[in-house]
Amino acid sequence: MTETKTHTQSVITVSNLIKQFGRFAALRGVTAEFAGGKLYAILGDNGAGKTTLLRTLAGLNHPSSGQITMLGATWPDGSGPARQSSAGFHDICRQVGYMAHPSLLYDEMSGMENLEYFAQLYGITDGSRCAGVIRAVGLDPDLARPVGQYSQGMRQRMSLARALLNDPKILLLDEPFSNVDIHSAGEMVRLLGRTRDEGKTIFVVTHQASLLDGVADEFVWMQAGLIVGRTRELQPPEGMH
Amino acid sequence: MASTPSAGRGIPRGITFTTLLKDLRLEWRSKDAINSMLFFSLLVVVVFSFSFDPSAEESRQIAGGLIWVAFLFAAVVALNQTWARELRNQVLDAYRVSPAPANSLFLAKALGNFIFVTVLEALMTPLFIVFYQLRALGPAWQLLVVAVLGTWALVVNGTFFAAMSIRTRSREIMLPLLLFPISIPALLAMVQATTSILTGENGARFWIVLLVSYDLVFTTGCLLLFETVLNAE
Repeated sequence: MTETKTHTQSVITVSNLIKQFGRFAALRGVTAEFAGGKLYAILGDNGAGKTTLLRTLAGLNHPSSGQITMLGATWPDGSGPARQSSAGFHDICRQVGYMAHPSLLYDEMSGMENLEYFAQLYGITDGSRCAGVIRAVGLDPDLARPVGQYSQGMRQRMSLARALLNDPKILLLDEPFSNVDIHSAGEMVRLLGRTRDEGKTIFVVTHQASLLDGVADEFVWMQAGLIVGRTRELQPPEGMH
Repeated sequence: MASTPSAGRGIPRGITFTTLLKDLRLEWRSKDAINSMLFFSLLVVVVFSFSFDPSAEESRQIAGGLIWVAFLFAAVVALNQTWARELRNQVLDAYRVSPAPANSLFLAKALGNFIFVTVLEALMTPLFIVFYQLRALGPAWQLLVVAVLGTWALVVNGTFFAAMSIRTRSREIMLPLLLFPISIPALLAMVQATTSILTGENGARFWIVLLVSYDLVFTTGCLLLFETVLNAE
């Protein structure tokens, strides 16, 4: 096990982050700094708090207490618990891509139609951008079939294309490889590696950590709502089972 | 590559229009809302026409209430569908993480519901006229004003309260529980105005002014509060 000590300039700082759902604490005081231009694999058992951490960074969950600083914007900032109430919210939104376990796509529309709609939300006027990201994830932009008729793997890849659409500086990916065949998963990992090499910061929550072995810069280990270790190799920290 | 879709918390017409078009496209393909609303309203018309056998004069007295209650119940079906399709695959989260303002989404949804309910009204009104032998004795053009104002009153609150109830377990029940009590002033104004115009006995002016006031107050309130509702956990 090699604990990482040094960080270049941090793009995300999390201070004593607590997230409670009723009486259950999904995050119990997470404190961490994440440097830019790295690929972080967030690992841990079910219920460790991985998805909650990602959703809180994405602004979908509001911190119960603690603070997050992302790309210079901090929330909660006194004006409310939500990221949406922080001063630089609209700027952060443009620089963050989020992929969830569900596809976040409309089943009745084709992949291209979905992406064209989301492109409008981000004010993307470059008409070739949608086709470009669809090709980047290995799908055909001319596929007219509605997303509801895609295989689970195709859906995951289209979902990744949606997250990449706004050319984000930070990518938050929740289980991007689930139900994806090994060949396609390998292609997705290579795409993530290339995206990281372009200077993006990527967080991948996954149970298939071996796919990221040799690609991830750091493995972040979570247990019971806490980060219990950060390693450069795919090896759990001491004391973690 | 990226222009500015939203400056602050205004309502960019482009995003509202794009979201409205997307909703119309989804409804055109699935026909979830319009089919349910049509069948429901058709049933109400047929069942009531068999249950009662009113004269033309009696019809004018009761038609206002009958028509608007039928449209209110039918609208609830569309209102539930509006947000249900955003919950499938959690697509609403994709909107929430985007820089698009919440009010654009609300306005697009309200306009979409307005179009769906208006289509329903346009299809069902001739049936009501035939089954209940309706003929307005007052200024008939005012019915159009009441229809527009009344429909907006139903959908603006309905869209808002449907959004409030989407995260509840029994949202189909929750929406009428929230919507119906707050719609009573608007429903009263719609029914009274329609009855006044059909019977030609009293002017509908007061009720139309009440509807305009109701629409202004609740549209403003919904626009002010929707961002909080959208981002609530």
